[in-house]
Amino acid sequence: MANKPIGIEVSLAVAEAVKLCDTDVVAAYPITPQTHIVEHLSELVADGHLDAAYIPVESEHSAMSSCIGSSAAGARTFTATSSQGLALMNEMIYIAPVLRTPIVLAVANRALSAPINIWNDHSDIMSVRDAGWIAVFAENGQEALDLTIMSFRIGEHPEVRLPVSMNIDGFTLSHFIEPILIPEKSQVDAFLPPFETDIKLDLKNPMSMGLLGSPETYTEVKKATDDILLGSQKIIEQVFAEFEKVFGRKYNPVETYRHEDAETIILTMGSISETAMTAVDEMREKGRKVGLVRIRLWRPLPVKQLQAALGKAETVAVVDRHVVMGVPEGPVALEVKSLLYGTPNAPKVCNFILGLGGRDVRRADFKYIAERAQALAKDGQNRFEIVGVYE
Amino acid sequence: MIEIRFHGRGGQGAVTSAELMAQTAVGMGKYAQAFPSFGPERRGAPVTAFLRISDQPIRNREKVYEPDVVVVLDPTVMNVTKVDAGLKSDGTLIINSAHPVAELRKQFGFTQKIAALDAMAIALEVLKVPITNTVMLGAFAKVMGQATPDDVREPFSHRFGDSLGPKNQAAFERAYAESKLGAN
Repeated sequence: MANKPIGIEVSLAVAEAVKLCDTDVVAAYPITPQTHIVEHLSELVADGHLDAAYIPVESEHSAMSSCIGSSAAGARTFTATSSQGLALMNEMIYIAPVLRTPIVLAVANRALSAPINIWNDHSDIMSVRDAGWIAVFAENGQEALDLTIMSFRIGEHPEVRLPVSMNIDGFTLSHFIEPILIPEKSQVDAFLPPFETDIKLDLKNPMSMGLLGSPETYTEVKKATDDILLGSQKIIEQVFAEFEKVFGRKYNPVETYRHEDAETIILTMGSISETAMTAVDEMREKGRKVGLVRIRLWRPLPVKQLQAALGKAETVAVVDRHVVMGVPEGPVALEVKSLLYGTPNAPKVCNFILGLGGRDVRRADFKYIAERAQALAKDGQNRFEIVGVYE
Repeated sequence: MIEIRFHGRGGQGAVTSAELMAQTAVGMGKYAQAFPSFGPERRGAPVTAFLRISDQPIRNREKVYEPDVVVVLDPTVMNVTKVDAGLKSDGTLIINSAHPVAELRKQFGFTQKIAALDAMAIALEVLKVPITNTVMLGAFAKVMGQATPDDVREPFSHRFGDSLGPKNQAAFERAYAESKLGAN
């Protein structure tokens, strides 16, 4: 099995990864387009392939609450959701990092209502951007499986102990059947030790978690959590390196493609990056100096790697999949501008909103934004555009 | 790379067709990608599914807009959907229809290559159910030279199990033997 890729739906591959990781608890509520992940997990548990407690909760709020409880008790814990489900979890999402519960959450990214829409964009995950979770974005099915395995290792690391959201684009990744190498159980066992922690809910050694944070302690707790999250990048890079040793696949917080001599760099997150690579190839064939930079690690934001990857370009065209209402800038562009501000010869940053609510993102879109970015950068005026709006 | 669009109605297995052929191609050491036209699933409503097969890694997640091949699982879809939309001028239509190719050309204005077969009759005879997807895959595999009966054996058996696997294999093989361009 391990030497040959199989054609498998990405959602099922994520569920298989959760199985290979000997997950103890899955608490989940089905919601499109995430459903296939937890549906397959419930089958794996029911059929005895995964020795886990599967808790079919009555809402996503309860799903995350159960996950926090089980993770606090020292159990390896997984859940998955999308869109409104993540929105309903929101209250508990902010609690998990501060309680240091290393839950792994697969998000099949989907637009938030209204209007109600089951298709892909990044508005759901951006709504919990600031909560303190580690966040990674997969480009393809192999990455989705690999990042699921790595998310447990990263989150449960004694110096991290934070929850991780593993983001896959709804439908355009979750529902694709593509070649994926399912690793051997022995490889995963060699890479991922059992989750062990001394600080846990234990009947024999009772303790309380989640107590009142008074004005004398709240600031300190927030700073401590932020410090842990910022410091986790070092561990994340170590885990990437160890993953490569065992599985032979190399991962970086930021990936680059033909960017070395690029005048214009397109910056993406998630599964549109493969389409963007093809668009870059096609533009290169016509002599255009265009490259691609992809953010895999969204939280903590790999500031130095992004500065290095983008710094030499003249223009950066940042693609966002979410509208920050009331601000003429998407969430990724805001941060890219912030991290480039004050750096020598900083590139001009343009921002393009693409693929909202499942609008197909095509190679032509990347060609359009590469040219538009050059034009916008020259006139120095409006550098923000929601692309392809029907008038 | 070859790009294929399947047309059918919800419940007829258009999505399964694309999936099975992608799994077959991956099993053959190729790269492949299959995905449905995403949306609420309704039995009986027109559905499309997409498939790409390539010798190289596929770096494109657009829908298929200009297919090389269109596979029509249900002839009634042609009355409500322009199934040849975007089909390359040297492309191929593979149609489940009891009507002669000339008649299909006349009725729907198709200009590309056509292979037609009465997949419903084969399905009813071999599978005893009006589900044409594995029959149409046999036609596709033969006409486009994409797979042989041996190549689909494992994916079929994995998908359909011990009882329905051999029946679907037989349905595939029957269409594989009988299909050719311009034939009916």
